[in-house]
Amino acid sequence: MIIWDSEFAISIIPTLLKGLWLTLQITFIGFFISLAVGLLVAIVRYLKIPVISPIFTFWVSFVRGTPLLVQAYVAFYVLPLMGVTFDALPTGIVVIGLNYSAYTAEVYRAGIEQLPKGQWEAATALSLPRWRTWMRIVVPQAVRPIIPVLGNYLIMMFKDSAILSSITIIELLGSALSIGSGYYRYLEPITIIGLMYLAISFPCSLLIKRLERRFVPTH
Amino acid sequence: MTSIFDYSGLLLQGLGVTIVVTVLGAALTLIVAFAAGLSGLSRHRWLRWPSSIFVEFFRGSGLLVQMFWFFYALPFLGIQLAPLVAGVLALGLNEGAYAAEVVRGTIRSRAKGQTEAAIALGMTPALRMRRILIPQSIPAMLPAFGNVMVDLLKNTSLVSLVTVSDLTWRAFTARTITGQTVELFLTILVLYYLLSLLIGWLIRYLERRFALDRKSLAKARPIKAMIGRVSS
Amino acid sequence: MSPHTDTLHTLNAKEPRRDIEISFSNVSKSWGSNQVLRGLDFEVKAGEKVSIIGPSGSGKTTILRILMTLETPDVGVVTVGGDILWDAREGVKSKETKQTQITRRKVGMVFQQFNLFPHMTVLENVVEAPIHVLGISKQEANERAVDLLELVGLKEHMKHTPPELSGGQQQRVAIARALAMRPRVMLFDEPTSALDPELIGEVLGVIRRLATTTDMTMLMVTHEMRFAQEISDRVVMFDKGVVVEQGPPEQIFKNPKEERTERFLKAVTSY
Repeated sequence: MIIWDSEFAISIIPTLLKGLWLTLQITFIGFFISLAVGLLVAIVRYLKIPVISPIFTFWVSFVRGTPLLVQAYVAFYVLPLMGVTFDALPTGIVVIGLNYSAYTAEVYRAGIEQLPKGQWEAATALSLPRWRTWMRIVVPQAVRPIIPVLGNYLIMMFKDSAILSSITIIELLGSALSIGSGYYRYLEPITIIGLMYLAISFPCSLLIKRLERRFVPTH
Repeated sequence: MTSIFDYSGLLLQGLGVTIVVTVLGAALTLIVAFAAGLSGLSRHRWLRWPSSIFVEFFRGSGLLVQMFWFFYALPFLGIQLAPLVAGVLALGLNEGAYAAEVVRGTIRSRAKGQTEAAIALGMTPALRMRRILIPQSIPAMLPAFGNVMVDLLKNTSLVSLVTVSDLTWRAFTARTITGQTVELFLTILVLYYLLSLLIGWLIRYLERRFALDRKSLAKARPIKAMIGRVSS
Repeated sequence: MSPHTDTLHTLNAKEPRRDIEISFSNVSKSWGSNQVLRGLDFEVKAGEKVSIIGPSGSGKTTILRILMTLETPDVGVVTVGGDILWDAREGVKSKETKQTQITRRKVGMVFQQFNLFPHMTVLENVVEAPIHVLGISKQEANERAVDLLELVGLKEHMKHTPPELSGGQQQRVAIARALAMRPRVMLFDEPTSALDPELIGEVLGVIRRLATTTDMTMLMVTHEMRFAQEISDRVVMFDKGVVVEQGPPEQIFKNPKEERTERFLKAVTSY
């Protein structure tokens, strides 16, 4: 009995690549959402607006403390009951984007806090206006060290996108499972996609490590 | 909300399974973390390389894929794993790979001077690791381990996708029967949140305990031979 | 005899001493393109107290670190007490051998940054190596440790942890910890450079006691010129990987023969 069916394996690759393409789209759009929403959340928290800021803080803690799978179920099954009906794909992208925005919000916060107080003090001493202080002093310095961290989250989102297969999105894992159940052979599809995930995340993580060394030099 | 309480028994069962999976997964994670982490620090290439390969492989290929592979693909190689085993195995190996980097990084970053002082006193590498580097590193590892454990808890929800009847699975199946989608999912969201807070508190407790412990441990250990000399 | 003298006498060698305790033969060491030691020939007699002075980056610390097996020489042979520590005769980089590990036990070192083990008490720091490396019984190790801690004046702090002590106290514990291994050779790598000025004296006091009342071989890298002058049998001026000049303290400090030595001493003591 042959254990690995190479012919089969090769034949399913085109379908799997389509799934991979969807995964990549989900990842990039979702990540963009998380960057934008996370920034908004970080700003609101920073401005310490009464009532709203604490709510956002709690929201960040809650989203980070609960599973993405359950959040996806909520979006997919609960929202329609409230009259909000979207297709599975946009729903999934928004869910993963919002989930990760809780993490990016924390990254932004850490980036700002890490800036040595002396920088703010020097800006004050030079009478720089607030917006200039932010644009020319704070943001350029705060952004550099957080880029590797955000990069890591991008890679994490790429792998977590597999969870969206549970709400009927036929991305990479979804494609593999549908092939598996259709042909009653799971070994080849799942193994191949495992290697595909690895083939993309590993080089990316090496790139991130390189960025880390450049942006966050350690002695 | 009546159906919630009707099904509260089943949800509690699911909660129990989730906790069991978390604990078993955590145990495997710690074992894997120290095995792979310490190997990654070894002088011997034949230990370091397999450790790196293991870590990069399990971090890079994605937990859910690994779980499905253990459950759906492994049978084709002749090995049939029970759903719970497949789930815990994937969780332990995956989170263990991440935690291994915590172990390796914390111990590596111990001030070089500690290693040198131990060398100067003639300690072998094994002795250095056992008596000096690891004990010092544990308090520093705790926060990062805490993150790994919370991650582990959240990821236990994925075992519902390989037919383990955990909290998520119970809610999912109960939903199709009762249609009380909102209450069920909200309830389990809150339960997961509480569990993650619990883990956070546990870690903070351990951090305090291990930080103080140096002093309290020292006081607690009786040095009997000392008492005679000290009082003279 | 005071109890302290008793303790100090236990540090004296039991076996007959060879004349040469430490020898470096043609030792070279580079870090990348930077040659730290160049064909160094250097000897220390048994019981000699030697101070090494010189500008930073001169390689003087490297000598100590090679003796303590923290660095490997690229070329050359290093012996301690007649036994080989490093053997890189053919220019092939030496590797740490069983012989290295055995010979290493004859050497003890006190570091600039003390490097006490923060997760152990003072007493535990001192008994750790005697128990686990030398295999001495817990009781004997404890007795030895208490004597040494009393010698350095820190017996009352025995159950404290390093973070609770001042720098000077920590360094004294570090000295006791190194002495607990009964080494034949004691190395001091700028022992007071990391201390606040008012704490330097207490540490130098302990080192002085060791220098004047034991026959241990002592090798010290220091910037404390007056102290070096006071306790040394020989002072070595080191620069750019070579010995510039060496001799008795009066000669080096009062009548240096080399211009480099003079320049260095002027720069160091001019404030």
